[in-house]
Amino acid sequence: MRNSKLTTLEEAIRRSGLRDGMTISFHHHFRGGDKVVNLVVDCLSRMGFKDLHLAASSLSDVHKPLIEHIKNGVISRISTSGLRGELADAISRGLMEQPVVFRSHGGRGSAIASGELKIDVAFLGASSSDELGNACGYSRSDCAKSICGSLGYALPDARYAAHVVVITDDLVAYPNMPMSISAADVESVVVVDSVGDSSKISAGAIRDSKNPRDILLAKQAAKVVINSGYFEDGFSIQTGTGGASLAVVKYIREQMLQQGIKASFALGGITAHMVKLHEEGLIGRLVDVQSFDKVAAESLKNDPTHQEVSAVEYASGQHLGSATHALDIVILSALEVDVDFNVNVLVGSDGIIRGAIGGHQDTAADSALSIIVCPLLRGRIPCVVPKVTTLITPGKSVDVVVTEYGIAVNPARPEIAERLQAAGLRVVDIKSLAEKASSIIGTPEPLPFGDKVVGIVMNRDGSVLDKIYNIQ
Amino acid sequence: MMFVPGNNPGMMQDAHIYGPDCIMLDLEDSVTMAEKDAARLLVYNALKSIDYGDTEMVVRINPLSTPYGRKDVEAVVKAGVDVIRMPKTETADEVRELEAEIVKVETELGCVGRTRIMAAIESALGIVNAHAIATASSRMMGIALGAEDYTANLKTQRSASGAELLLARETIVVAARAAGICCFDTVYSNLDDMETFRSEVELIKTLGFDGKSIINPRQIEIVNEVFTPKEKEILKARTILAAIKEAQAKGSGVIAVNGKMVDRPVVIRAERTIALALAAGVLTKEDLQ
Repeated sequence: MRNSKLTTLEEAIRRSGLRDGMTISFHHHFRGGDKVVNLVVDCLSRMGFKDLHLAASSLSDVHKPLIEHIKNGVISRISTSGLRGELADAISRGLMEQPVVFRSHGGRGSAIASGELKIDVAFLGASSSDELGNACGYSRSDCAKSICGSLGYALPDARYAAHVVVITDDLVAYPNMPMSISAADVESVVVVDSVGDSSKISAGAIRDSKNPRDILLAKQAAKVVINSGYFEDGFSIQTGTGGASLAVVKYIREQMLQQGIKASFALGGITAHMVKLHEEGLIGRLVDVQSFDKVAAESLKNDPTHQEVSAVEYASGQHLGSATHALDIVILSALEVDVDFNVNVLVGSDGIIRGAIGGHQDTAADSALSIIVCPLLRGRIPCVVPKVTTLITPGKSVDVVVTEYGIAVNPARPEIAERLQAAGLRVVDIKSLAEKASSIIGTPEPLPFGDKVVGIVMNRDGSVLDKIYNIQ
Repeated sequence: MMFVPGNNPGMMQDAHIYGPDCIMLDLEDSVTMAEKDAARLLVYNALKSIDYGDTEMVVRINPLSTPYGRKDVEAVVKAGVDVIRMPKTETADEVRELEAEIVKVETELGCVGRTRIMAAIESALGIVNAHAIATASSRMMGIALGAEDYTANLKTQRSASGAELLLARETIVVAARAAGICCFDTVYSNLDDMETFRSEVELIKTLGFDGKSIINPRQIEIVNEVFTPKEKEILKARTILAAIKEAQAKGSGVIAVNGKMVDRPVVIRAERTIALALAAGVLTKEDLQ
């Protein structure tokens, strides 16, 4: 039969040769709207599978049903970049017997490519696919349902997994080209009603933050960028999606226009803001591992200079050709920064896992200048602390920390401190920021951690960076 | 001068990081009756424990005619506030009554003369008495317009042009200048219309006000932009002051700069431009040496 790849989910699982104890993988491009993980794991549970290793590029609030699948033994191990919501809460309190393995996006890509993380069956949701498995995160048809843009985090899985099942809600005519996932890597294609809730996959138009603290932090971070010595024609940049990060782009744009400076490329999670600068001619190319909104997803579909890259091409520490090695400036956020410039983006100050490593470790390590934007205080929680709760990005990778109470520069980068001071910016010792936070809020009680390891934080080179213990 | 509700610890905690010249913690209109005691305690502790740096700290108390006013005075003077703002001031006697309350607390603390007074004028009677209010006490540091109550009292409402406030604004500037104290304009509360806000700031600068009251940190930048002298203005002021210095050294009387005669008002304006530029940080004392 010509289209023998097209089948039901159950049949695809049977054909894959999946057995108890094997590793299954997923991507998180549908973010909070993802339906694929729950759909597949429910099916595996019904089929009687046990003791599976779930290796996702990330997991979020929507994956709460996994708690039951962990309890009933379907899932016994998890590898991911992050955890949020009730699943994260339960795991932080010791739900699993085996610790969750946390890797950065680049670290996961490297681990898959090297065989350290061996995937038996990848279940990859796609916004469109033809019957042979040429799949994309967008659709050229009129029936597009769930658009996510780049499928960058799914590409290592597609390439290296022993067996690949593409799951789509928009089966289109062959050839669905150009494609993200090639039919050559795909064994089965499954059509379902919906792979994702569109309203939770991407925001519509991004609005500028009106939060005065975000604006203040963004203006300071933009001043750091502009006076860092790296803001020159042809520079490259990556930013996050928080209110402050988006606002930074706005202020940098003003200076680019004033000084006649253009960027060669923007990297990473691509937003409508970056697309706007690109369309204005201020950014030459967009290198997209994850599209953060509908505008970015549409741009990826329509603009040949907006390029999709895999997690390996994006941020692998083992592949010198990865894009982060060409990156000049990255602007990142943090849950906590400590006096040695170490950053935590994974575990909350209450000891509960509530975030994701994402590309933090990768971009901070490889970029020429890494800037962490972090308020000194979040309500009554200090964010510049004597020691981070969990080490995610080592301080040697972090160059500048921007807070609303002053800017701290890593002593390893005295030239940056000099440039910022020459520009009239308030550069302070990071220890004085921690002291300031403590003088306003006081010293929090130590967290009641138990002695069970619930998470292992991997460094991007495959070594263990830190352990997360259960919170009591 | 940024208004911060006195019942909001989150906002009081770091209001100074946005760089306002002056913060006004409010115990009056932004605090409900049920929260008056709690807000007073919060404001007292904020003044005692938070390092606001060089920011001038003002507290708007409740009127002395209410059950809260005198307790407010006692608490904020004990906390070491720089300035007490008296709301709805209509007569010079009210200022003297406040002064007497302040003296009572300061005498107890042994710091007589520390606390200054700002009077908010918010009624037709207050405008009629503006100069008497401005000169009612040596502690008076400024008078301010409160436009919402004022327009209600006039039986009108605020408009985009601000025509209804013109007399009040001009009266306040004239009264303040005659008394040798500062004057501050009222708030503009539509945060979604920054363009009208900018026009209003430009207008009140032209009228002669020293500053604008604001309700959100996002308004600070516009006020600073409007009030900060432009490079050309600074250059002109420096040229005038240099010429004056040179003329004084030579002992000559009348001087001219770029063909125009420089007389006393021109010098005063140049000095004010330099003072504003220094305050805004676009000029340093080293630049002047």
